[in-house]
Amino acid sequence: MKNRLNNRLGLGGWLGGGRYGVDRYAYAFHRLTGLGILAYFIMHIFVTGMRVGGQEEWERTMAFFNAPVFKAGEFLVFLAFIFHAVNGIRLVIVELACGIGRPHVPAYPYTNSTMRQRPFVVAVMILAALLMITGGVDFYFMLN
Amino acid sequence: MRESRLWFWHILSAIVIVFLLGAHMGTMHMNTILNSLGLGSADPVDSVEVFRRSASPVFLVAYIVLLGSALFHGLYGLRSMLFELSLSKSVEKTIGGLCAFAGFALFGYGTYVAIVVYRMHGVQP
Amino acid sequence: MSDSKAAPTVVFEVLRFHPEKDKAPYLQQYSVPVTRGMTVLEGLTWIKEHIDSTLVWRSSCRMGICGSCGMFINGVPRLACNNQISHLHSDRISVKPLPNFEIIRDLVPDLESLFDRHRSVKPYLIRKDSHEQHHPVGEYFQSHQELINYIQFAYCIKCGLCLAACPTAATSDKFIGPQSLTQAWRYTIDSRDEGAGERAEQLYSSHGVYRCHFAGTCSQVCPKGVDPALAIQLAKKEAFVRAFGIRKQRRAARVAPPVENWVRNRDIPAPPTPTIEKSRA
Ligand code: HEM
Ligand code: HEM
Repeated sequence: MKNRLNNRLGLGGWLGGGRYGVDRYAYAFHRLTGLGILAYFIMHIFVTGMRVGGQEEWERTMAFFNAPVFKAGEFLVFLAFIFHAVNGIRLVIVELACGIGRPHVPAYPYTNSTMRQRPFVVAVMILAALLMITGGVDFYFMLN
Repeated sequence: MRESRLWFWHILSAIVIVFLLGAHMGTMHMNTILNSLGLGSADPVDSVEVFRRSASPVFLVAYIVLLGSALFHGLYGLRSMLFELSLSKSVEKTIGGLCAFAGFALFGYGTYVAIVVYRMHGVQP
Repeated sequence: MSDSKAAPTVVFEVLRFHPEKDKAPYLQQYSVPVTRGMTVLEGLTWIKEHIDSTLVWRSSCRMGICGSCGMFINGVPRLACNNQISHLHSDRISVKPLPNFEIIRDLVPDLESLFDRHRSVKPYLIRKDSHEQHHPVGEYFQSHQELINYIQFAYCIKCGLCLAACPTAATSDKFIGPQSLTQAWRYTIDSRDEGAGERAEQLYSSHGVYRCHFAGTCSQVCPKGVDPALAIQLAKKEAFVRAFGIRKQRRAARVAPPVENWVRNRDIPAPPTPTIEKSRA
């Protein structure tokens, strides 16, 4: 008898934070930014490979990538990098069980490791926002 | 355990990347601010700048280390996500093989580029 | 009831699915008068008694112990029995079966996949001397701290809420999952256990702890304060620390030797004589 209905959330479960906390959104963004940077990086290896052709080749390549679309794209990579790096440092700490508490006998009201590391998440958001703003200011002045 | 070792490198490479890529992104994207403070150049992708950096042994080593760690880190991350898609054992094996192949190939190419450009000893302004 | 008109009502929006009749699940609405302290489970019971006797769900103890009534209530996996309607602060209550499990009918998820994974991690004490384990002569020594190391993870009631909340479980049928990884860790860290090596194959496999990325939702939804995310990160840390040789392998607890020359405390009365013959297996 196999008339069960599949109810797995699928990729929506990765991307949708739903009514869960900010950690779930941080998780989704970490994945997206990781993939984004990886895609950029692989192209980047070939673009910087143009240096092999010498100065003219490189200047021609850079002239091509000077278009505003690519500048904006690079800035997106920068933003993704900031989030991934800052959140990644938190994940390194937290996934090695630092700052998430120790086992104890549960008693009401229950506490949990996710809430214990919540201050880190807030710190990550503030730090990432500050770095992004700094980068944004730089980007703005660079355009002028 | 094999998976444990791969994950440890994923984490250790992340720590290496923070410093190296942090510096790389700093020079490339904080250029206006750094330049106004008297550090770094206003146009870091200008060919003179690029080839001057590439001719330095410090940058050569740093780029090769960054290349290797970012490739391992990123491709393990990709493999990690693909392993969460309920795929069969044989597909998983293929994915692992492809990731390893892509990693070595790109590492080889990037290292080749870095060494060739290092040997150019910069360009004339 | 005379005061039922005055009672505030909420709308229950329930997912219905009958595998033999329906092609696809659909939502059905019921309005339910809410009384003080009424739980979601009581709301469902009210619907079954007063409106629609065909509504199906699974529940038993009504007090957060059996783990039968896990449901997806207002977008979060919860036990229907220990969530009061008034605490949801909404006049629409959406009730769906737990995600990431197959639906048997209406609100009944098939937890078999959870139990399979649970069995796969050998959730019992393993001793090298299995003869001694099956013919015990005394208890194992265990300190209070050694108990604290695992007791929290032993509170698990296997309700499946953590798996319903887990993003990895949303796509993977191979991921061992927060519940079972926690149980693997619960026995591995138990000072009486010697099965760490056997369980490591599961715990540190390519579908084990490293497929957890600390989205943290398993621990947030756990109704018993078990904190699966903590157990999983502790398991990662243990492997990391071991790999760099910082911590040595622990020795399993010894069996307490039988007490010799014991004297009964006079204040404690002797046990009654056994009514059945003592078997010596
Ligand atoms: C800047 C420093 C970086 C840090 C501190 C960092 C940190 C991390 C950490 C800790 C994880 C594991 C998260 C988890 O277990 O879910 C991770 C995942 C990942 N990272 Fe990075 N990373 C960095 C840079 C990069 C770069 C440059 C790339 C691309 C080449 C990248 C691509 C990825 C990918 C694809 C994943 C997998 C995401 C997932 O499984 O959810 N990361 N990163
Ligand atoms: C989006 C902003 C970025 C810009 C503008 C940029 C620019 C450059 C430039 C101009 C070079 C040539 C060498 C030099 O000038 O010193 C280079 C090399 C390199 N970049 Fe980037 N980069 C960016 C992002 C990244 C990211 C995100 C990564 C890593 C994931 C990365 C990794 C590397 C590596 C490994 C090399 C050396 C390649 C080789 O020698 O084969 N870069 N980058």
